Formats: sequence, structure tokens, C-alpha cells
Amino acid sequence: MGMRHSPTTTRRKFLGLAGSAAVGGAVPIVTMRSVDATPAMLNAAIRNLVGEAPVRTGKVKLDIPPLVENGNTVPMTVSVESPMTADDHVKSIYVFNEKNPQPNVGNYYIGPRAGRAQISTRIRLADSQKVVAIAQLSDGSFWSATADVVVTLAACTDEVI
Amino acid sequence: MTAALINVPRKARRGDIIEIKTLMSHVMEPGYRRTAAGDLLPRDIITSFACRYNGEEIFRADFFPAIAANPFLSFFTAAKESGKFEFEWVGDNGFSESASSSITVE
Repeated sequence: MGMRHSPTTTRRKFLGLAGSAAVGGAVPIVTMRSVDATPAMLNAAIRNLVGEAPVRTGKVKLDIPPLVENGNTVPMTVSVESPMTADDHVKSIYVFNEKNPQPNVGNYYIGPRAGRAQISTRIRLADSQKVVAIAQLSDGSFWSATADVVVTLAACTDEVI
Repeated sequence: MTAALINVPRKARRGDIIEIKTLMSHVMEPGYRRTAAGDLLPRDIITSFACRYNGEEIFRADFFPAIAANPFLSFFTAAKESGKFEFEWVGDNGFSESASSSITVE
């Protein structure tokens, strides 16, 4: 909590608000809120993917630093335990976030030919938040891993100098 | 001239699991940032990536604004036969880039 409410973060939020207000005139704080995805949006995005199917914890490993200085480029690796055979493999990996302006990060479609169910990329995080990785296996089941990341310099919604 | 960086092993044994690393030069403007004057910078991102191995699609990805600038992506495939990997990035404002890399499988 200390990190999230540091003077820097508050100032950035203020600048963001000032920016919105300059365009829209008397724009209420609600405008800034609408720019941030909420945990409800994260849940909606996940439901949109999995429907009524249960999402179980396990099989998925989400490697992401717990504390990052710069939210503009955060290294992330998702790997899934799987024999990666024709009968039993990972079909796809989906990554979501809780508090960026939108809940999706990336979708990755693999398959038995991959041999190893693992992807690495670099992502943006606009705030300290949860990141969720979900894998869909060939039997249709969904598995997930969640990580909490503390971000000291936010990405995405900052003002351009 | 090309904006892509590709890292694929030149040689592999049949059945080896190899890592493919790709990086495409792109600003990935998320569409939520404003200038000091308050103007919203329109979204300009790569939206999809695909990799084909001798013509067969082996990997595909959808990108969102939460992917960092100059998207880096690494993934794996089983070396099956000698041939060519083709990579394609497609995005906003008609962005389209491709690259390729060959491999010898023994």
C-alpha cells in the first residue's frame, strides 16, 4: 500500500486528471475511473473467455517480478505443465490484468507442435495490481496462476512530456 | 531496413524443442495517453503475430495495448524438418511486417 500511495503516484494521478479536465472542461473524477479497468472488468474478461467452466489453480506458472520500478516494460514468462502430446496439450494461454485501462494483455495460441508450453514477453502495468495467466488445455479445462506486482512508475495513462 | 529481430537456431536435431525469439520495432501507442495540451494520442499498436513453419501455422498471438513498446515474444516449437520459419506482424493503421529465418534439421 505504501508504494501505491506514494507522493509520485498521487502526482501522476493528479496530472492525468488535469489532462482530462483540460479537454473535457468540467470532467468529474469519474472520467479517470472509467479509464481504469476494475477487478470486475478483470472477472468479466475471464468469464467472457471461460464461460461457465471452472478455472482451477495450478499447472500454470507465472514468472513476473513482484516489484518493478518501471511499469512500461515488465518481463513476464508464462509456462504450463503439460506433456504437449496430440492427446494432452495446451491449446492457448491468456494473460489478464486488473488495473490497466483494459483487462487483456495478450492471447497466445500454441498446440502440440510447440513441445513446450511457454511464452515470454514484456508488458505494461499502469498501477500496482494482479496479473492473471490462464491456460486452456486440449481437454477444454482452464488452469490459472495469479501474481501481485507492485509498480513504482506507472505506464499507459501518463501524460506525454 | 527491416524492423524485426529474430533469433532461431540455425541447426537442430530432429525432435529438439527449440526457442524462437522475436522482436519487432513498434511504438505500441496504447491510446490512453494525452499530450501536455490534453489531446488523446490515438491507439497505434500491433494487434496480431503469427509464425509459420514450412507453411504451417505453429504459433499465433493477439496483442493488446498492455504489450510493451517494441514487442518481444519468445515461444517454442519442435524441430521437425529443415526449412523456413515465416513471421508476420499486423497492426493498426495498416501496419504489416514480415520476416523469415531458415533452419537445418538433422
